[in-house]
Amino acid sequence: MHKLYENLGKIIPLGEMTLQRANLAFITLDRRYLRSALHHLRDVEGYSHLVLLTAVDWLEEDVFQLTYLLSNRTADMDVGLRVMLPRENASMDSIHDIWPTAATYQRELREMFGIDFPGSPRVNEEFILEGWQEIPPYRRDFDTKKYSEENFAHREGRVTKDPASHMKELLYPDRGQ
Amino acid sequence: MNYQPDRSKYPAKKADGTLDIDLTSGKYLKLWHGPNHPGITGNMSVELTVCGDEVVEGKVHVGYLHRGFEKLMERRSFIQCFPIVCRICVPEPDFNEYCYAAAIEELSGVVVPERAHWIRTMILEMGRINSYLMYLGGQAGALGQGVIGQWTTYVRDLMLDRFEELTGARIYHMFILPGGVRDDLPEGFKDRLEATLKEVDAVLKDVYDVMFKNAVFKRRSIGVGYIDPAWVDEYGITGPNARAAGVAKDVRKDQPYLVYDQLDFEPVVDHGSDIYTRADVRRRDVAMSVDLLRQILAKMPNEGPVMAKLPNVLHWQIPRGETYIRGECSRGEYGFYLVTDGSRFPRRVNVRGPSYTHAMTLLERMIVNTNISDIAALMVSLHTYPPEIER
Repeated sequence: MHKLYENLGKIIPLGEMTLQRANLAFITLDRRYLRSALHHLRDVEGYSHLVLLTAVDWLEEDVFQLTYLLSNRTADMDVGLRVMLPRENASMDSIHDIWPTAATYQRELREMFGIDFPGSPRVNEEFILEGWQEIPPYRRDFDTKKYSEENFAHREGRVTKDPASHMKELLYPDRGQ
Repeated sequence: MNYQPDRSKYPAKKADGTLDIDLTSGKYLKLWHGPNHPGITGNMSVELTVCGDEVVEGKVHVGYLHRGFEKLMERRSFIQCFPIVCRICVPEPDFNEYCYAAAIEELSGVVVPERAHWIRTMILEMGRINSYLMYLGGQAGALGQGVIGQWTTYVRDLMLDRFEELTGARIYHMFILPGGVRDDLPEGFKDRLEATLKEVDAVLKDVYDVMFKNAVFKRRSIGVGYIDPAWVDEYGITGPNARAAGVAKDVRKDQPYLVYDQLDFEPVVDHGSDIYTRADVRRRDVAMSVDLLRQILAKMPNEGPVMAKLPNVLHWQIPRGETYIRGECSRGEYGFYLVTDGSRFPRRVNVRGPSYTHAMTLLERMIVNTNISDIAALMVSLHTYPPEIER
């Protein structure tokens, strides 16, 4: 894995590498070098399988982390490329021309996180949600509980109890609280 | 096979890349295949544009089942997520439990006892057989053979009995927990599982004789729904869909996990890459899983702990980190990408289901130039489960 980091580092500037296990590493890099890195990994290093593309919302740091996970099946190696984007008007280069299947991931990220991928096929079409008016729901600042309380009727019978006092009351009703 | 799609009826493209389809011309018709349709694989639909009985464009629509699993998990402690993860895939839920548990174990440094690895492998293979049995029934049903589904459902039910006595539940087992498995095998379980495997063998032979030798099934499935091997990397195709196209992708062999490196097997590979070949690869995969289960029963250590000691799970905080755990489920590569931030809750969980690529980008590509009557069989042959797409 260190060899791969060295090889890639000769072509483009790289950030920190986290070696999660012997065959899985995560490398941080600037968004400007992502496409070059993907081309190199796919065409030269044999990482031909795009496993997934997803985002992590680091709300406290005001950034989105995009993770491009690639796999080299014959060498049994995985590498995740991390790209940090500012949360405000987040936009990223599309990679659907490198892997056509990335278009679906990008369409989902557009809907669920509000990250734009200009030029990606059908990126603005609704994917899962229909007529969604709120902020993108997978962002950390979207409060699911508040949303459900505002939009759905309260259903009787759901009571939350403190486990300790509830069990005490149940097992030793005579002792009181 | 030399695949040459006929583009003569294909509408021209507009400048923005979309197809120029004039529905008022009378040449094209919009047709919805699903969401309520016997020939649809689960809760999804395909918006077809047809010219005569030939499809010129197909758009897959999902969202009928969205429950926001990934988001729900961000509000729950690591152990509270367990009742949720298995529900991401109904017919083969155990992979979610395994991938999620293994991701937590890796990030928290919990070491799983040896015997738990064997029991986990056994459960995953049992689940694989169940999933394939459902598929075989569906694939035969899509081409008019209802009886196959009844046979496979019978034998799947026997396997569910084994799951019930092992885990207490038939569908959602919640048996693979971080640190190992919930309990040891019940007394006499191995003998009863062996008896069930004999039933699976018998039904599999009947299925081969009646389904795979059937002239109608052959005529309607051979040469239909071709996947070019060059698409495997382009579209992220994994599992039997790739293996039927001659690409020997199998995570169990390529990147062994659990105890697969101690089992003797070779991935089932074929080259036809059509509906028939994909069905046949899966049928042979069931036979291989039966063999693997017999190996597991024979090689499994008879004694030993099945669960590691865990910290107090109600206050379990896992240090900041990220990892990806994968396994080979019946449909291909299944994986969990887990990100933790040092708190009691996952920061982000992303589920990589094989249906995500198979049922969306790949299906939309394959469906063009297909006859309407073949669409059900084509969709089933990709073996997709929509909950993995909109998890």
